[in-house]
Amino acid sequence: MAEASKTKPTQRRRSPRRTSTAKPAARGPSGVSQDRARPVYLVDGARTPFLRARGKPGPFTPVDLAVQCGRPLLARQPFAAEDFDFVILGCVNVIADEMNPARVAALRLGMGDAMRAFSVQINCGSGMLSIDNGFRMIEAGKADLVLAGGAEALSYAPLVLSSNAAAWFGRFAMAKTAWERVAAIGAFRPDMAKPVIGLERGLTDPVTDLGMGQTAEVIGHIFGIAREAADAYALESHQRLARAQAEGHLKGEVIVSVARDGTLYDHDDGVRPDTSMEKLAKLKPAFEKPYGEVTPGNSSQITDGASWVVLASEEAVKKHKLEPLARVVDSEWAALDPSIMGLGPTLCCTALAERRGLAREDIDLWELNEAFAAQVLACLAAWEDEEYCRKVLGLEAPYGAIPRDRLNVDGGAISLGHPVGTSGNRIVLHLVNAMRRLGLKRGMASECIGGGQGGAMLLEVV
Amino acid sequence: MTVSKSVWKVLEPRNMELGPREGNKPHTHWRYAKDEEGIVWLVLDRSGESTNTLSEAVMSELNTVLAEVQGLGAKGLVIRAAKEGGFVAGADIRDFRGVTDAGEVEARMRRAHEIVDRLADLPMPTVAVIHGHCLGGGLELALACKHRIAVAGASFGFPEILLGLHPGLGGTFRLPALIDPIEAMTMMLTGRTVHTKKAKALGLVDAVVEERHVKNAVRAAVAGQTKPSRPGLKGTVLGLGAARRMAARRMRAEAEKKAPKKHYPAPHRLVDLWEEHGGDTRAMKKAEIRSFSELLVGETAQNLMRVFFLREGLKRLGKGESGVRRVHVIGAGTMGGDIAAWCAARGMTVSLTDLDPKAIAGAVGRAAAFYDKRLHSSLDRRDALDRLMPDFEGDGIARADLVIEAVAEKAEVKRKVFEAITPRMKKDAILATNTSSIPLETLREGLPFPDRFLGLHFFNPVTRMELVEVVAHDQASEKALARAHAFCGDISRLPAPVKSAPGFLVNRALTPYLVEAFTMFDEGVPKETIDEAAKDFGMPMGPIELADRVGLDICLEVARMLKERLDDPMSEVPDWLVKKVEAGDTGRKAGRGLYAYDEKGKLKSDEVKVAKGEEAPRADAEMADRLVLPMLNTLVRCLREGVVADEETVDGAMIFATGFAPFRGGPLHYARKRGVEEVVVTLRQLEEKHGARFAPDAGWDMLKG
Repeated sequence: MAEASKTKPTQRRRSPRRTSTAKPAARGPSGVSQDRARPVYLVDGARTPFLRARGKPGPFTPVDLAVQCGRPLLARQPFAAEDFDFVILGCVNVIADEMNPARVAALRLGMGDAMRAFSVQINCGSGMLSIDNGFRMIEAGKADLVLAGGAEALSYAPLVLSSNAAAWFGRFAMAKTAWERVAAIGAFRPDMAKPVIGLERGLTDPVTDLGMGQTAEVIGHIFGIAREAADAYALESHQRLARAQAEGHLKGEVIVSVARDGTLYDHDDGVRPDTSMEKLAKLKPAFEKPYGEVTPGNSSQITDGASWVVLASEEAVKKHKLEPLARVVDSEWAALDPSIMGLGPTLCCTALAERRGLAREDIDLWELNEAFAAQVLACLAAWEDEEYCRKVLGLEAPYGAIPRDRLNVDGGAISLGHPVGTSGNRIVLHLVNAMRRLGLKRGMASECIGGGQGGAMLLEVV
Repeated sequence: MTVSKSVWKVLEPRNMELGPREGNKPHTHWRYAKDEEGIVWLVLDRSGESTNTLSEAVMSELNTVLAEVQGLGAKGLVIRAAKEGGFVAGADIRDFRGVTDAGEVEARMRRAHEIVDRLADLPMPTVAVIHGHCLGGGLELALACKHRIAVAGASFGFPEILLGLHPGLGGTFRLPALIDPIEAMTMMLTGRTVHTKKAKALGLVDAVVEERHVKNAVRAAVAGQTKPSRPGLKGTVLGLGAARRMAARRMRAEAEKKAPKKHYPAPHRLVDLWEEHGGDTRAMKKAEIRSFSELLVGETAQNLMRVFFLREGLKRLGKGESGVRRVHVIGAGTMGGDIAAWCAARGMTVSLTDLDPKAIAGAVGRAAAFYDKRLHSSLDRRDALDRLMPDFEGDGIARADLVIEAVAEKAEVKRKVFEAITPRMKKDAILATNTSSIPLETLREGLPFPDRFLGLHFFNPVTRMELVEVVAHDQASEKALARAHAFCGDISRLPAPVKSAPGFLVNRALTPYLVEAFTMFDEGVPKETIDEAAKDFGMPMGPIELADRVGLDICLEVARMLKERLDDPMSEVPDWLVKKVEAGDTGRKAGRGLYAYDEKGKLKSDEVKVAKGEEAPRADAEMADRLVLPMLNTLVRCLREGVVADEETVDGAMIFATGFAPFRGGPLHYARKRGVEEVVVTLRQLEEKHGARFAPDAGWDMLKG
């Protein structure tokens, strides 16, 4: 990377880092010669309904969710579960009972003791990173069939002891004599009893100590996104999802889940088709009171869900007579200042399109994960912003407007919810399904990533 | 990269700790060697058998090796089993079958006691290392050791009571001396098996270890470093006669509910024994031997042993390779859902489908509740549920080795299902129907592969009724039938081969029994009285309650079908039954049939009490004959018509599908004991009094002589 040497290593980097936008060269980003790189196909995929967290652990753990949608997905393949080469699963909040959830899921899915499996974590991009990992392995000839997914149960986010409480407990547990124990008890301070909500910490950038919602406030302000615009965007997200549900566009993609008490979960239950601008306008700011503009209504929802896609090489497609849905063409990751993480997609999408020699009009359909309405709208605004496009994206002219009827056509994380490790997987899967339904050819899925990154994946229907 | 999927299989034999590998002194069943610490490892590996049981030969050889071991100057003695399945499954029941001389049994038991006493009296520390099953005589052997170390997964129990016996090799006094006497009596009275964790809590074992720590645990025990459990305060209190008498009264009442004294003497004898002699080892020993010997030659024990061998016989039919790993069940009603849940619990990968998603979800909920009750660890429960896939799209069909259809009892519906699924089935997959009333010849019409089509008829409740009728027809292939039998074995069910004939065996024989009960009810006999007559005979529940349990709709359907398709003389199906079914009062599943039930399916108590007045006719033996003999008559007819191959299958099927009074050894065994001639005469009398439906079948002649 040529840019890297320009910056002093001792200084914290302020300019965004991304892969060179040079046209496809002899060697691609994965180090595989482009002309030797094998095509990689997405042949199927399925997810659970996304279930809103309701203040207590939901009916499924992350791996439970992965099993719920994984079983029927595997059952409908013409090859055996053991035929996969790798299982890769993105998961951010891994629970203590499910370390390396990819392997736990593989075993619980009956994929055999010999199934290799690893978990990946890049916050909100984890479910896409798993696809990217599988994509690159197949491309490089190291695998033929990969099951790549994302799983997250935010309702299971633990209560965490504050660090001084944890230190106190350690001292108490180590105390051997009664006297030591009494002394340890005496050192307890009431505020230690207050647990920290793990989720709250998880959604706060550890470097800047800004909540994710605050980063949306920042870029919303920078790009002049009005509260009404954000609310209108949120309203449409709900309406689009409700329509997709009603018209059966999610059939085959969303698989009914059954809890052990026999309860049936058959749809994304965060959808509020009856919401309105008036109702949304009444909501108070969630992150920056009293003047903030990011509300629970125009933010993504805290949700549980899992999603898988099946990736296959040309050989696997032939061998098992598979019918690919799409080809994974390329992927890109970018990083920038964590306080404006929401702009991540503008960096990686632009770089990826450039590398592939694609103009904005060449992309038929977009999935841009709806972390916050203000954040999505800020990305759109940034692409139309002359200075941003020139100075940050290195473009000679603004990238231009992305038509709204080509973006998140069936709703997004605002109406569906955002199980962080899963969303990246879902948007890729849904992009493919939506393109096929609408008769479109080429699509881009992208998400902003807490911590200041972005991920993008380019797919073509075959 | 391909890794052998059976890495552990290669290494597993190294896991078991059996003491020194070299320098063992071999006998026929036992071998022993002294290790570097001076501890002798005595290993039981009964020759010619896959399971360790205590035969006379095994016991007398034990006597010989114990004598030899005494001369070795051993620091300690370990007893354990080399068989994979477990320690010792109990006495070899084959030794007990057909014995009639109580005196001879007493002499045999006294000799066996001497051998066990010899083990108990050894001067050095003795340690039983127990893995897997440790039952009956095996547990008595372990109790004679000073220490017991359980390998995780071990289970302990005295199942003698289920054979009409009680422990006879010292169990009745060694167990109450070791653990809480009430718990000890409960174990012996119920025959229930306790698993490792409970065994440790009871103090039945000193320690629970993993196989890899057996050697260290044995050393610690021999060195006296393990704390044996102490008998608690309760043991001391129950040393007092008055306290024991109070406890005994409660036990008798409990036993009477499950096993009435007139049919099952053993539990009551056991309580007597303990009440009279509790705490006095010598007196207990003498009394145990006498009581055991008397019970053993008694009719109940001999009949229950017959039941044991009937089960073994049916189990043998379930041996072999089924090639079934994946099962697809269509229809998530009570039967389909329960079949799916059971198969998943027994290790099958199951997909369950239904047109109604709610039915599938409900079945999963029922399965989870059943697993909570019956599976021992949360991991087993999770894995069973993971194996049970709610299949909303029916995708499981494509990879299933066996498809079980359990949809509505309508030939049209079933055929439509077959039409949809047969093109998607694997080339060698078996298609089974759970129909109870539609001829397989009708259902196979239009099937592309009638050779792989057959009946697997389960009984309700699937989780409790062990029998499955494997229904053949003249186009079913031998291979498919053999695989279906083996599948029953795979899921721990007992296959009974039957030919495709109306009602097969069990329902055809059960129907006259139920319809006769309806007729009696029409004649004004209170339903409670009818049920009592059957229960007096020894049935686990009366015919009216059974009809409610089976479902009045199903009873009606089967009765109509039988009437239509057979020329067996039968009573008319009463009008009120049709009306009840039409009104939706279909029995327990609907909360109301002939009795009323609460949400949990329990009988509402006020319902049971009505009409138990003085006026009502008393349940008597003639009433029982009216109910039971038509059933026997039909079974004989089935035998004559070749619906079923032999008397053993008939008896086994009726016991394991309907719970037919087990202590009677099976319906045909009962007829033989009562006297075939006598049964025929009684049938003739009933014929004169009540009609042609009692006319004795020609098949009775085959049973004579």
